[in-house]
Amino acid sequence: MFESLSDKLDGAFKKLAGQATINEINIGIAMRDIKRALLGADVNYKVVKKLVEDVRQKSLGEGVIKSVSPAQMIVKIVSDELTELMGGEQKPLALSSSRLPAVVMVAGLQGSGKTTFAAKLAKRLKKSGRNPLLVAADVYRPAAVDQLKTLGAEVSVPVFSIEEKDAMKVAMQGLEAAKAGAHDVLIVDTAGRLQIDDAMMAEAEALKNALKPDELLFVVDSMMGQEAVNTAKAFNDRLDFDGVVLTKLDGDSRGGAALSIRHVVEKPIKFMSVGEKVDDLDQFYPDRMAQRILGMGDIVSFVEKAQESLDMEATLQMQKKLMKNEFDLNDFFDQLQQLKKMGSMQSLIEMVPGLNKMVPKQDLENLDFKPIEAIISSMTKEEKSRPEIINGSRRQRIALGSGTRVQDVNMLLKQFGEMKKMMRSVSKLSGNGRKITSQNLALDKFLKR
Amino acid sequence: MGFFDKFKLSRLTEGLGKTRETLREKLAVVTKGRTEIDDEFLEELENILVSADVGVETTLAIVDAITERAGTESYRSEDELNGMLMDEIGKMLMESGEEHPVEFDAPLPAKPYVILIVGVNGAGKTTSVAKLASNYEKAGKKVMIAAADTFRAAAYEQLQVWAERAGVPLIGQGQGADPASVVFDAVSAAVARNADVVLVDTAGRLHNKSHLMEELAKIMRVAKKKIPEAPHEVLLVLDGTTGQNAVQQAREFMKFVHVTGIVVTKLDGTAKGGIVLSISRELKLPVKYIGVGEKIDDLQLFDRSRFVGALLGREKG
Repeated sequence: MFESLSDKLDGAFKKLAGQATINEINIGIAMRDIKRALLGADVNYKVVKKLVEDVRQKSLGEGVIKSVSPAQMIVKIVSDELTELMGGEQKPLALSSSRLPAVVMVAGLQGSGKTTFAAKLAKRLKKSGRNPLLVAADVYRPAAVDQLKTLGAEVSVPVFSIEEKDAMKVAMQGLEAAKAGAHDVLIVDTAGRLQIDDAMMAEAEALKNALKPDELLFVVDSMMGQEAVNTAKAFNDRLDFDGVVLTKLDGDSRGGAALSIRHVVEKPIKFMSVGEKVDDLDQFYPDRMAQRILGMGDIVSFVEKAQESLDMEATLQMQKKLMKNEFDLNDFFDQLQQLKKMGSMQSLIEMVPGLNKMVPKQDLENLDFKPIEAIISSMTKEEKSRPEIINGSRRQRIALGSGTRVQDVNMLLKQFGEMKKMMRSVSKLSGNGRKITSQNLALDKFLKR
Repeated sequence: MGFFDKFKLSRLTEGLGKTRETLREKLAVVTKGRTEIDDEFLEELENILVSADVGVETTLAIVDAITERAGTESYRSEDELNGMLMDEIGKMLMESGEEHPVEFDAPLPAKPYVILIVGVNGAGKTTSVAKLASNYEKAGKKVMIAAADTFRAAAYEQLQVWAERAGVPLIGQGQGADPASVVFDAVSAAVARNADVVLVDTAGRLHNKSHLMEELAKIMRVAKKKIPEAPHEVLLVLDGTTGQNAVQQAREFMKFVHVTGIVVTKLDGTAKGGIVLSISRELKLPVKYIGVGEKIDDLQLFDRSRFVGALLGREKG
């Protein structure tokens, strides 16, 4: 999908072969590529300009090391710079423990994902032992209150709402209700507003002054373009918010807006929202975001996702079986199921740098496990554990039972045989049995590979 | 023969006011006191276009065209230089304009005329459906809305309020229902009640989620069961503040459904709208409507020459 920056830079640096250092002359084209890659990722052009200049200064005079290509080195410098610009480390939510309830107020443009975020945050706080109350202070959008109520029910957090066209009254009564109901956190969802709508911005300002929130969070769509800077700046000038929430990161936007906003308003990004389910809220990790902006994939998320959905114990058993070369069609079937749990192949492959280039997209789209599952399901227990006994008549029966052709059965058995052969050689290689963790997959190592 | 009445044109100009500042006025600052084009100038030009979300590729194409033209011409005054710039940018933006906005009261080629509305989350699909319904209704057409967003909490209730405001009937089964079955119901009802237009509101879906995109393809198939040509129109709704990802969104949606046009929303608050141009240039998809506000009549037929005029600050008439 996206050509990663390092692919682009590789071309620019072909000429560098045999040169000992990165200098003014040979860095020119690389800087242009970096600039365009960042602009293509929606990073604000002013931010890009400054960044490119910083990278140029840092890259000059760096020796060209044999094991690392100059392109990889510069990408590393860019990646570090981006991480740094995005705030280095993550900042948690700062809720007061002395004032009850602590107040979180949510603001942003229309359609940025405020209401969904409010519910996700409520769920998260509840999980950590808090007793939150949601307040539906979006009095303008049709059915906005119903939406929050439905989401509130989903996360088992009560929602305060009244028939009222004045957001201030809703918020203040919500505050009283929280005190009366012994809630320790109040989350106020507000209407979407444009930064140029003076009356609406004044409403948000008044809400802020009245509620005195511990955290005023600005919610922004990660797909936003160059306009992100103006919007964030205008909201910050009026509301002086405490943190930023990036939404819809489960899309494939590069999310350069995150960098622009962070740079212009100098407020931390506190959360990122990665799906429509109420659990899909994450802490913000600057280093992962940096890699995403550069189109380098998100290897850490990949590993975490894999770890989350794979049954680790079953996987360990599988490894043992592989070592002893006892892998049979039963295991193969289980593996397929586990793979399916992790989500679509496409999204997995996109998380791994370089892999999306190696696997043509069409092949993936045509990848269909159903016939394979049907064939394996049509086998007897014995056939599954000892595929070698499957003779001609058995093949015919399996094909009939699974609604496939004998050729398909033949193909599967042949591929399985080849896979087993391949696994045998792999298991010999990975004899040390080291587990994959985010540590040993860190970017540095990846680059030095 | 204008497509906008006086009021609507002023809304567009007002909405795009900020764009004008960033484009035309910024360009004027760069050309001030200049009669020739150098590297510094070209870089400034590139920055100005990129900051209007025109997109890297389209920007480079414009810069190249200007560089080439400057090689063969000379300019006596900054006005001449300015004129040439406007001319080239205008030309580039006009290039792919193959769209013909159809007035809401014009006769429709089929009855019922099924329009499917698709897009990512938060783009403004439901509001666009309501605005389209209201416009068709006002133009004397019998309109129905199908609530096929059965996923988002309270999407049905939201649409219900809009449908009431527009005065059109709503067909739906509430949250959690099968969207394809809602569409089948709506299309059947439209045939039975002799409706002119069916507007189908679908759930927001990110274009990289293949199972959701498959669902859209299924909705298409089901609609065809009742009316083989349906949907007659598939409108992709894009948020006007979206950056370069908009092109990617359009590309992916086109793979699963036959997108016939684009609705660009939220153009009232943004200094941008440049993405409109890079999408139509890169994907040859016509922009059909633009949303310029939250009220039910804040939807306009898209007229490219007006848009470019407003963008460059030289609107005619």
